[in-house]
Amino acid sequence: MSEPPHRRRAHASSSDLERYAGLFAERTRVMRSSAMRDLMAITARPDVISLAGGLPDTSTFPPKTFAAQMTRIAQESAAEALQYGPTEGFRETVDCILQVMGAEGMLPDPEDVIVTTGGQQAIDLVCKTLVDPGDVVICEAPTYPGAIPVFCSYQADTIQIECDGDGMKIDELEATLGRLDAEGRRPKFVYSVPNFQNPAGVTMSLERRRHLVDLARSRELLVVEDNPYGLLRFEGDPRPPLYQLDGGDFVIYVGTLSKILSPGIRLGWLVAPPPVMEKVVLGKQAADLCTSTLTQYFVREYFSDGRWQDYVTSLVEIYRSRRDAMITALDRHFPPQATWTEPGGGLFVWATLPSYIDTGDLLAKALREDVAFVPGQAAYVDGRGQSSMRLNFSAGSEAEIGEGIRRIGKVIAEQVELYGALTGEHPAVPPGRAAAEKAKEERENVLPFRKAGEGGG
Amino acid sequence: MKVAVLKGGRSLERGVSLRSGARVEDALERLGHEVLPLEADGELVKRLTADRPDVAFVALHGLGGEDGTAQELLEILGIPFTGPGVAACVRCVDKVLAKHELRAAGIPTPDWFAFNETAFRELGAADALGDLEQRLGFPLVVKPSRGGSALGVKFAAGWYEVPEALVSAFSYDDRVLLERFVDGRELAVSVVGDEALPTVEAIPLSGDSYDFEARYEIGRTSFVCPAELCSEQAEAVTEKALAAYEALGCSGFSRVDLILGEEGPQVLEVNAIPGLTETSLLPQAAEAAGMSFEQLVERILELALEPARA
Repeated sequence: MSEPPHRRRAHASSSDLERYAGLFAERTRVMRSSAMRDLMAITARPDVISLAGGLPDTSTFPPKTFAAQMTRIAQESAAEALQYGPTEGFRETVDCILQVMGAEGMLPDPEDVIVTTGGQQAIDLVCKTLVDPGDVVICEAPTYPGAIPVFCSYQADTIQIECDGDGMKIDELEATLGRLDAEGRRPKFVYSVPNFQNPAGVTMSLERRRHLVDLARSRELLVVEDNPYGLLRFEGDPRPPLYQLDGGDFVIYVGTLSKILSPGIRLGWLVAPPPVMEKVVLGKQAADLCTSTLTQYFVREYFSDGRWQDYVTSLVEIYRSRRDAMITALDRHFPPQATWTEPGGGLFVWATLPSYIDTGDLLAKALREDVAFVPGQAAYVDGRGQSSMRLNFSAGSEAEIGEGIRRIGKVIAEQVELYGALTGEHPAVPPGRAAAEKAKEERENVLPFRKAGEGGG
Repeated sequence: MKVAVLKGGRSLERGVSLRSGARVEDALERLGHEVLPLEADGELVKRLTADRPDVAFVALHGLGGEDGTAQELLEILGIPFTGPGVAACVRCVDKVLAKHELRAAGIPTPDWFAFNETAFRELGAADALGDLEQRLGFPLVVKPSRGGSALGVKFAAGWYEVPEALVSAFSYDDRVLLERFVDGRELAVSVVGDEALPTVEAIPLSGDSYDFEARYEIGRTSFVCPAELCSEQAEAVTEKALAAYEALGCSGFSRVDLILGEEGPQVLEVNAIPGLTETSLLPQAAEAAGMSFEQLVERILELALEPARA
């Protein structure tokens, strides 16, 4: 064989593994079905149209610009760009971040900003700073699937608050806070993605934003606002960020360049009040000393011509067309029993099927048609979301999106028809009809939603 | 010896197969064999024809690999291979067929009904579901006939959960079985050649015996090998396992899954090509028998090359 003999570490035996397993920390016991993990592994097959990922389209970034910028760094700042940097990040990087936040109306004190290795690290650092095992963390239902492993690994007791078309139901949040008060438990923070949420695609209304910020103030409750998609707005007027409404006293802000420049550069940031920031910096130091210096030089270079917003505008054009293609395809190919959100920005649509369809099982069927999506359960800590799915429209072409939705629609139609044949008109299974009624009722209480005032929320 | 390791494929158990295959390749290298790693894809036959291995180690799980498809090709090409032959694979992969064979051979297996999707769509089989209550009772387990691990396996506590469970199971196969739920200890007996290895018991830590996914998860299930059984129980379990292995025509190696309830051991299914990863049950059983993974792999190769098989 041409490969070196030790290319892969061989586990000598299963008892070896047991030996390691005995050393694993409690927090490694993240609940996640291994069967589902194996299914998701298959979605990476090249012949599969994947609507499962969350990948921005990086193919339109001009290679010439990229080459020129990197060349300039190599010629002018090679030694510095290859060196360690400060844990908080370079001041020049923070200046770029201030431009991005400024575009959404925020003006934080540069001292309150720390550069992180992606927004994901910012979420991790917040948990590292605030969460002890058993502490309560509150988030949306459904929530960003990537936040769940973070909460789990810090052994948080995660409570999810239902969303409707106007985002997290703040009344329900208030009731939950009251209940927690009665139990003598104080949540460490409320995590929210208020704009074009991942996975639901919904945006929090201004009224709810105000309500949430008021709650935070009156209860001295921290809110973590994660805003990766705010600038990817296809239509309508922007709503003020929670950070802006609050002024940065109780809202911790997480930002990222992943969706407006590149996820590969791993550049995000966190804005927090000084006492919190002091601890976050220590946590960041322990985690990775500093975010890639090379990346930060690239960002500085990229922002220097003042045209970063042109690229964002071009992405918005592309994603808007793809969103439209997805909605058109959903209208055409999904059965009338299905509902879905129509996001005004971001990367995702959230579709909900009749409750007798388990989207985890549906994925197995869909994979035989060479198409994939994320089963809704990935966005919940407690097994809910079984009849929902997250559909991404940023990664594929309009043709791929249309074809992918057609294939998913086909397997759903088969299941709907089968369920009809099973429960049909026959008295042998009367509870089937009752279950269907119950399902209808349940669906009306969760995503996707009617508008505020129309019911439920 | 030049050994081809067949792994991957398009089945839902592709991930497990890649891990099994990688581990087998390591062991083969340490044993001094020439290893030819082969993805089960469109190039497979071309590669096998061009490279002419002395023997093929089939580390495929699920449809396409464990159902006789790959074995059939290897027979046509005249390449000896590990594990059961075509007929045994065909029987094992289809739980309904396997249960018929077991029952015909007088081996206890829980009562069941099987339905094709066509039966519901075109023949109004929903009408027959009414008989289930008398014949099987609740709770019951709904399973795709062909499919591995816990995918699509659902528990139905009563009528109202049956249609939903059927829709799930039909996502994996066009035939499903509804099986009487037997409350008992979950046991697995691995057989290599004609020898039963020590029995493994899977004990769900959550205490929820209805959670079919937990049993495949480290940290959610603990595995005890050898299982703590009295000598009578142990003997009955091994006897039924060997009888099932033989009844389905297995050879080389396989794993028999049983449930030990009040009525004694009953066979649930036979896995023609069980997993060979670090956490899989067969390697654990081999180890309990004092057999290292290399020795296990070497023994499986020997069995593939025995003249009786060829």
